Amino acid sequence: MYVEMTETKGKSRLHQQIDENLKRVYEEALSEEIPDRFKDLIARLRSKEGGQ
Amino acid sequence: MTEPLVPGSPDNLAQHSDSEPSDTLTDDSGVVVGRPEGALPINVRDPRDELPEHLGALRAFAISLTRNVAAADDLVQDTIVKAWTNLDKFQPGSNLRAWLFTILRNTFYSDKRKTRREVADPEGVYAAALCEKPSHDGRLALADFRRAFDQLSPEHREVLILVGASGFAYEEASVMMGVAVGTVKSRANRARARLAEMLGLEEGEELLSGVDGATLAVLGRSGVRAA
Repeated sequence: MYVEMTETKGKSRLHQQIDENLKRVYEEALSEEIPDRFKDLIARLRSKEGGQ
Repeated sequence: MTEPLVPGSPDNLAQHSDSEPSDTLTDDSGVVVGRPEGALPINVRDPRDELPEHLGALRAFAISLTRNVAAADDLVQDTIVKAWTNLDKFQPGSNLRAWLFTILRNTFYSDKRKTRREVADPEGVYAAALCEKPSHDGRLALADFRRAFDQLSPEHREVLILVGASGFAYEEASVMMGVAVGTVKSRANRARARLAEMLGLEEGEELLSGVDGATLAVLGRSGVRAA
């Protein structure tokens, strides 16, 4: 029982630390500036819709 | 078997209304505030207005899948166009981000099947595009972790980004990925195990030390003083 709990604890710690790093990798990508092409694209889609 | 690129409104992501059929919408006091046919119900935003708020997350997910900024931007562009032209399939009030992520990942796998082109980043374009922030906190170099992450299969990167980094529940990821919840869990566990293996870590071992040498020295000194 004790051993089992220790293993679970160890696993979740590794799991937790992997997730922390995943968040860093993801946030790194999130922090990049969004290119204007997407704002332009949405503006084009909007105006196309309004014209119909 | 072809799966639709644009999901309808999967049960788990949609708000159900068939259990309580109502032809009028009422506020808390029972006052009729609107009718479902016609304009969108009050408090439900037009997804066209909400969509731009998800661009950053969408692009981060695309970068995580493709590991290539140019390919990621093309993927985001395709996703926006598909989403916009299929907005009638989106259930107002349900999770727009999950719906957009689903379109993006379906498009990614569909393109991959069609062209079989290598979407990895052998030239290191992505790695070069990101400037390394100096790490003074003594933690594992992010570059090492990223390198290991890049070597995972797209399916493993996907499940880890969805449930590990962007905070979707296993159930939500299961709907988005079109697999059983148990499959999401086991895939996520295998992906984490693969990462740990590549980083040379055993279960229960510290992935990275939260304290660097200087901190250890300080701790050591204070330990001596305390003793």
